[in-house]
Amino acid sequence: MSTTAPGSTRSSRRSGRPLQIQLPSFLRSRLSRVVMIALGVLLAYALPLIQPPFITTPASDFGGVMASAASFALVALGLNIVIGYAGLLDLGYVGFYAVGAYTTGVLTSQHGHWPFFLVLPCAMIVTTVSGLMLGAPAIRVRGDYLAIVTLGFGEIISLVAKNTPWLGSAAGIKNIPPPPSIGPDPIGTDQDGLFQIPHLAWNGLVPSVDNLHKTPFLTFGVLDAIPYYWLILTFILVVLVADMMVNNSRVGRAWEATREDEDAAELMGVPTFRYKLLAFMLGAAIGGLAGSLLAAGQGGFISPDAFPLLLSMLFVAAVIIGGAGNRWGAILGGVLVAYLPERFRTLSDYRLLIFGLSLMVIVTFRPQGILPPRRTRRALRAQAEVEELEGEVIDA
Amino acid sequence: MPDTDTRKALLEVDDVTIRFGGVSALESVSFDIKEGEILGLIGPNGAGKTTCFNVMTGVYQATSGQIRFDGRPLAKMKRFQITKLGIARTFQNIRLFKSMTALENVLVGVDANSKVGLFNALLRTPLHRRTEAESIEAAYALLDFVGVGGRANELAENLSYGDQRRLEIARAMGTRPKLLCLDEPAAGFNPAEKQRLMDLIRKVRDDGYTVLLIEHDMRLVMGVTDRVVVLEFGRKIAEGPPAEIRDDPAVIAAYLGVDDEDAS
Repeated sequence: MSTTAPGSTRSSRRSGRPLQIQLPSFLRSRLSRVVMIALGVLLAYALPLIQPPFITTPASDFGGVMASAASFALVALGLNIVIGYAGLLDLGYVGFYAVGAYTTGVLTSQHGHWPFFLVLPCAMIVTTVSGLMLGAPAIRVRGDYLAIVTLGFGEIISLVAKNTPWLGSAAGIKNIPPPPSIGPDPIGTDQDGLFQIPHLAWNGLVPSVDNLHKTPFLTFGVLDAIPYYWLILTFILVVLVADMMVNNSRVGRAWEATREDEDAAELMGVPTFRYKLLAFMLGAAIGGLAGSLLAAGQGGFISPDAFPLLLSMLFVAAVIIGGAGNRWGAILGGVLVAYLPERFRTLSDYRLLIFGLSLMVIVTFRPQGILPPRRTRRALRAQAEVEELEGEVIDA
Repeated sequence: MPDTDTRKALLEVDDVTIRFGGVSALESVSFDIKEGEILGLIGPNGAGKTTCFNVMTGVYQATSGQIRFDGRPLAKMKRFQITKLGIARTFQNIRLFKSMTALENVLVGVDANSKVGLFNALLRTPLHRRTEAESIEAAYALLDFVGVGGRANELAENLSYGDQRRLEIARAMGTRPKLLCLDEPAAGFNPAEKQRLMDLIRKVRDDGYTVLLIEHDMRLVMGVTDRVVVLEFGRKIAEGPPAEIRDDPAVIAAYLGVDDEDAS
């Protein structure tokens, strides 16, 4: 790329942003973007029904794998706020996941029978408060020390759960009811739900409608994981939009400035402590949301063993592999971390070896993550803008 | 010298001492910065100039003594609060937010006075849209003001050295300070760039800012400042208009060297 002569382009610079003069092309591109996004969302919802060849998991239920991948993606989105945006290395994120799950378990099964959609916000509030309680003292230390403090938090939560009879001790909490179904409830035979959606079956690359396998619409039973996947995916979309709104504002700028140079940010009027705490709490809330969905998921059972320290490491790996600081990267990372071991399940004992190797390959050859954080994209965009302006100057 | 200047003191440094362990970096230093002036703070390396900056902006706490800004003592105030009160600074070694664009760097400064927060951003309220548009407009104006307008959307780390220094000034001005503190803004500049910087500093003053300038380059200090305070080994050894400072024997001995022909 060449550098531009700023003087000559200055007057036309502002027209590089979408203004009314460019309305036709702007509208057109916006319309096509909306259509693309709608198609993408539709595809995401339909993916477990389509069961695309090569992508589908031969040795385990594809719907279940997708639900767990979505769960990881949601967690990664939350952790991305903490690690990617605010630059706080949180190695105990599983703690928030567990707090959300246990809040749900306690309120819907162990000690109460609250309706799910009341419990969900409660679980998020409880995790947000726990994020505040952990973050307020922990964020005062930087870097490695914060990692150690959060590591301890993750471990403490699962130890507390294991040793508290009120929380079911090591046996955990059973019979957590699933989210309310729409239509006739019980256990997924073909007659359930408002209507049933058949899956696709593939003969090589030729698809056919598989009427033997149908997913009842929004019936949360024990046999079919796909409605759970839809529910989690819906929350992912909500979180994604919120994430864009927040990060593309002064809050996102404050986070990035703090991550870049905390002292300089503070001296430019950014209350860095408050913004870091905010990131921590938002991250915790999303972790709690994911945990709550896990507890109310297929099976309705949680135990301390479901929240090992290893899970925290996998969450961090998901964010780093995907590309810390990029929400799409976080989603991709979360999906990969959950999906790869299942995809290679046919290789039995070797699957974790392959999983580990692929993580190493990714980190070695793309240290900034598969989808690089937005700075790179933004630089490219700015460059394109500059080239466009150069073109305009030549035209004029 | 009788103080004939009747302008209000914007910042009062009152008998400030800072000790790090047994070393005193500043020893009973007192001076005022008057509204609308360009005050030069000079001295040999290690004289305590940057320490003085750091105590003004809340990075260090004074061991004794007091600093008042607009009549309010700054002790115990958080750094971002001091910035919001109206003191902004640049850094001797450039400290931009490298992975952010020039525009975004200035926006971080402009945000210091923004009223919108998380919920306005989350709900994209009309207030948020309006504030954001105004901030962007203000940031573009500041970039144009310092002469980096054509590179608004380049990453800060990709700007040339001189542009980075100018961008730091724009970022600091974004916080709408009453007092702008420039820490060796001309370091590493060639004579032509220094001349442009002097023009810029005058332009900043003419826009109604008060400027505190730390600088090594005597020509620049003498050319642009209204008054000069000289530090040596943490003590103030002279204060006055540039012409007087130039001829002050103590300053010549301490800072300019005994042979004063080198000085001008």
